[in-house]
Amino acid sequence: MLRHTLTIARFTLLEGLRARFFRVAGLVLLLALAGALFAGELAITESERIRATLLAAFLRPATIFLLSLYIISSMAREFNDKGTELILALDLPRASYVLGKLIGFALLGTALAFFAGLLGAVFAPVAPVMLWSVSLLLEIWLVAALSLFCAISFTQVVPAASLALGFYLLARNITTIQLLGSSPVLDAHSFSHQVITGLLDIIALVLPHLDNFTQSAWLANYPTTWNILPSLLLQSAITLTLLTGAAMFDFYRKNF
Amino acid sequence: MTQRSWHNVPSSIIILLLLSFVLQIAWGCYLPRQQARAETLSQPPSVAAFKLVSGEPVAAAQLSTLYLQAFDNQPGISIPFRNLDYARVSAWLERILELDPRGQYPLLMASQLYAQVPDESRQRQMLAFAYQHFFDDPNQRWPWLAHAAIVAKHRLHDMPLALKYADAIAHSATGKNVPHWAQQMRIFILEEMNETKSAEILLGGLLASGTITDPHEIHFLMERLQALKGKSISESAHE
Repeated sequence: MLRHTLTIARFTLLEGLRARFFRVAGLVLLLALAGALFAGELAITESERIRATLLAAFLRPATIFLLSLYIISSMAREFNDKGTELILALDLPRASYVLGKLIGFALLGTALAFFAGLLGAVFAPVAPVMLWSVSLLLEIWLVAALSLFCAISFTQVVPAASLALGFYLLARNITTIQLLGSSPVLDAHSFSHQVITGLLDIIALVLPHLDNFTQSAWLANYPTTWNILPSLLLQSAITLTLLTGAAMFDFYRKNF
Repeated sequence: MTQRSWHNVPSSIIILLLLSFVLQIAWGCYLPRQQARAETLSQPPSVAAFKLVSGEPVAAAQLSTLYLQAFDNQPGISIPFRNLDYARVSAWLERILELDPRGQYPLLMASQLYAQVPDESRQRQMLAFAYQHFFDDPNQRWPWLAHAAIVAKHRLHDMPLALKYADAIAHSATGKNVPHWAQQMRIFILEEMNETKSAEILLGGLLASGTITDPHEIHFLMERLQALKGKSISESAHE
């Protein structure tokens, strides 16, 4: 099973290289670098700090969006070309296919996080950049699993990308939404208010708290808080397993 | 694409899925609920910065309003109004009005929330804010100045200031939608009545004329009135 998985992962990686994924990624990284340099030129003081923060603030959503869209479009193409059916006709468990795909996409994401970290190191000290890069890597893996799950469930680009983006934005902002919803000025005893805040609390339980991940403030001379890393690792491990399990569950139920 | 029965899914995957789901919920329960920290209110960004970030000035204004509201009413932390930097509060309210000039929310916050602080200079600052911005749209903003007049009379015991606000309403709020009694605010201010009675009349007038229609706003103002009544009953009991 492992051999099958690794073969699929290798071909997924090769597909990424041949589909010019890294050319587009390179362009995005260059754009981020140019934008950060330009912003630094405009600043009268703290230009390095501004460059580092803006670079981090741009790279985080840009890399996430790029990889997510690539995964969803790649999977949709494979479904449409009947490539999946061809692979499933071979003697291999469906779980290997999902796992192989995920590993392949995660490797693409790892390269993306690595280059983003290299760019960050141009403007910020190594220690915070390392923490930021590791966190970005974990976030990218989570989004890779999420995109794979959405692509398998919907098999079409628009609904899958919408769900992935919606889930990601909600996971990034759920804490803020909860805080806004519990303001005591509001009529906290009304039925509708209680239902909404209750629902928000339930949603917050199921979602990964991505607002704790990859903060650009880490690159802006704030003390590096390595003690956050175990919590990020544990959160990522749990959510990654959940999303992979959900993707496998859905894929096993598909009737090709 | 049709779906196969879930019996086709290997049990190991179902167990993995259920286990990770339970772990996810357990982890969510374990994480401490985020609480806003009692931070100093920062200066608001410029209008240009808001437009640059959002491109939607009205939406940015509304989000900023919610931010400001949540700032002093943070869950778990109640920052008393007297600890807030009122110059910054004014700057935020002003910025929100610049982004969304048709919005009434900042004026409600100034006259009904921030003017409740037991500190005369801060109260005056908020009343001055309502007065200053009243002239930009008097036909829409007069209710907040009317309330400011009541606060000036009963809290600050500054009759000239209260009459100044009443006169401003009479002279500037002359639109068709402004009820006739609003232009007679001067008589209303000169009447010998306590704060609760004045506020009750003002709120009754606003409701009867259909100036206030939002159920949340009605609820909020009614609650404030009830609080005022409770306060006046306890004060008379002490006397």
